[in-house]
Amino acid sequence: MTVDPGIKLPRWRPGPWLLLVPALGAIGAVSVYPVLLGLWLSFRNTTLSSPDDAFVGVSNYQQLFADGQFWNAWGHTIEFTGVSTFFETVIGLAMALVLTERFLGRGIVRAAMLIPWAIPTVVTSKMFGWLFDGQHGLVNYLGHFFGVIHTNINWYGSPEFALPTIIVADVWKTTPFMALLLLAGLQTIPASLTEAASIDGANPWQQFWMVRFPLLAPSLLIAAMFRALDAFRIFDLVYVLTGGGPADSTEVLSTLTYKNLFSALQFGYGSALSTLMFFTEIIIAAGFGVFLLKRFREVKL
Amino acid sequence: MSAALVERKSRRTARPPINLTRPLIYLCSLLIVIWSVGPFLWQLSTSLQLDRDLIGDQPKLLPIPLCFDHFVNIFVAKDFHRYILNSVVVAGASTLLCLIIGAVAAYALARLDVRGRFGILGFVLAVSMFPQIAVVAPLYVLASTLGWLDTYRVLIVVYLALGLPFVIWVLFGHFRTIPATLDEAARLDGARPLTIFFRIIIPIALPGIVTTGLLSFIASWNEFMFALAFTSDINRQTVPVGIANFTDLHYVPWGDIAAASVVVTFPLVALVLIFQRNIISGITGGAVKE
Repeated sequence: MTVDPGIKLPRWRPGPWLLLVPALGAIGAVSVYPVLLGLWLSFRNTTLSSPDDAFVGVSNYQQLFADGQFWNAWGHTIEFTGVSTFFETVIGLAMALVLTERFLGRGIVRAAMLIPWAIPTVVTSKMFGWLFDGQHGLVNYLGHFFGVIHTNINWYGSPEFALPTIIVADVWKTTPFMALLLLAGLQTIPASLTEAASIDGANPWQQFWMVRFPLLAPSLLIAAMFRALDAFRIFDLVYVLTGGGPADSTEVLSTLTYKNLFSALQFGYGSALSTLMFFTEIIIAAGFGVFLLKRFREVKL
Repeated sequence: MSAALVERKSRRTARPPINLTRPLIYLCSLLIVIWSVGPFLWQLSTSLQLDRDLIGDQPKLLPIPLCFDHFVNIFVAKDFHRYILNSVVVAGASTLLCLIIGAVAAYALARLDVRGRFGILGFVLAVSMFPQIAVVAPLYVLASTLGWLDTYRVLIVVYLALGLPFVIWVLFGHFRTIPATLDEAARLDGARPLTIFFRIIIPIALPGIVTTGLLSFIASWNEFMFALAFTSDINRQTVPVGIANFTDLHYVPWGDIAAASVVVTFPLVALVLIFQRNIISGITGGAVKE
């Protein structure tokens, strides 16, 4: 509702931009400017441990594309992003469907679901390190107990199980949050629609696929994209649980970049890596941003 | 109405189909609770057990006898309180600044005529998705030029900027729900923008602001990579760095790690449980109904 056009509201100078200056200044200084600086560094051979600091053109990028370690990390990052996003979306959706039902103690379940999200990722890594410990871990014990495994598995100490273990830890930590996002989406679907379908004789399975799922699809897409963007930059879990090992079997782009920067001190080469990651994300995020803004304009905020 | 249909209808009312949905929902929600809380409870139990029980043949689910050695150990031998102090300073200061600066910006975007507000919001959202690894190296160079490595202020400034997009978006949403007629009335009475902000917007939106602050505090409290890169001194390192470095030379001190995890997670869990309703509406933009 706006004021009667006959009444003149006083105009304000110098304008609301002044209020935006601190926020945009901080974001500019800590996010935008460093990205540009990183782009500049990626064309140089800057190494903190030596006086090297010269313009080398695109040679960092050439070296990168010829680097087996880069492609190894790239593959793991894509695998991690795809698999964890898939499971988090599917299990999250299942949890959300349970939570849309009204039942006694629903509030408690919802509160419990916030716990994995609130726990620091470093703590999650250590927690799963202990649960999946090769010798005394609870998971090995339970595996024996239920007869699923017969010898202890060195979960994150072996190249074949390390990445799956990290994925399990990430799925544990993130799925409940995903479920809450999807729950929000589900609750915007009017109950009258499913009721109508039920009166027409649709069973719950049909109700889900014919009514709820199509209406939920946009929220599902947004949540999955958010999640994928976040999974793509995974660092903490890998760095703390395996450090990229064993035998580089869990190396992802962020940990590889971090090592190039802070262990090898190759700021030029490392910056080429991080710039590449940046552009991959910006492509996804730009598509996402346009999509989201269009939706916001449609509902006329 | 045909006789057959009447008969079928009466049969349906006479004998309702057995409903399996209820028990199934309770079973599923029980699984969700075990999934969410189980690992943390195991960590809690671990922190209270004797080392010799932890490496026994059969894990003990309950900590009997109770043993507080690990808690004593992390404070006495590992100076864990220093990390906690650093985290409190860094997360507290960055959250406070973030709320002040973010609320002012969100107010301008939500209430005053800023041209291209959706452009700014879109830009802010895009920035929040930058991979943080892309800014860590340049910021390291900047921080070392300024002599800011191993200081509180470098982490405070970084966390401030990382938290701003979230705070601006959430508070923008909150401020939009406050009826515009309120500030229009105040404007007609001659109130200036900042008066309206402090006297009308802030008091009405206070619950939302508190929740937003809590969420941004948790984010700063949990941040790992920048803290790892920018600090090397125990007097400036935060809790996640401390826990990540908890390894002894010859064995992994799972009991100590569990104790430290419990110490830093307990306050978060308590806060989250107290504010859970507000948090859920905060992270979902107010879309979850009761």
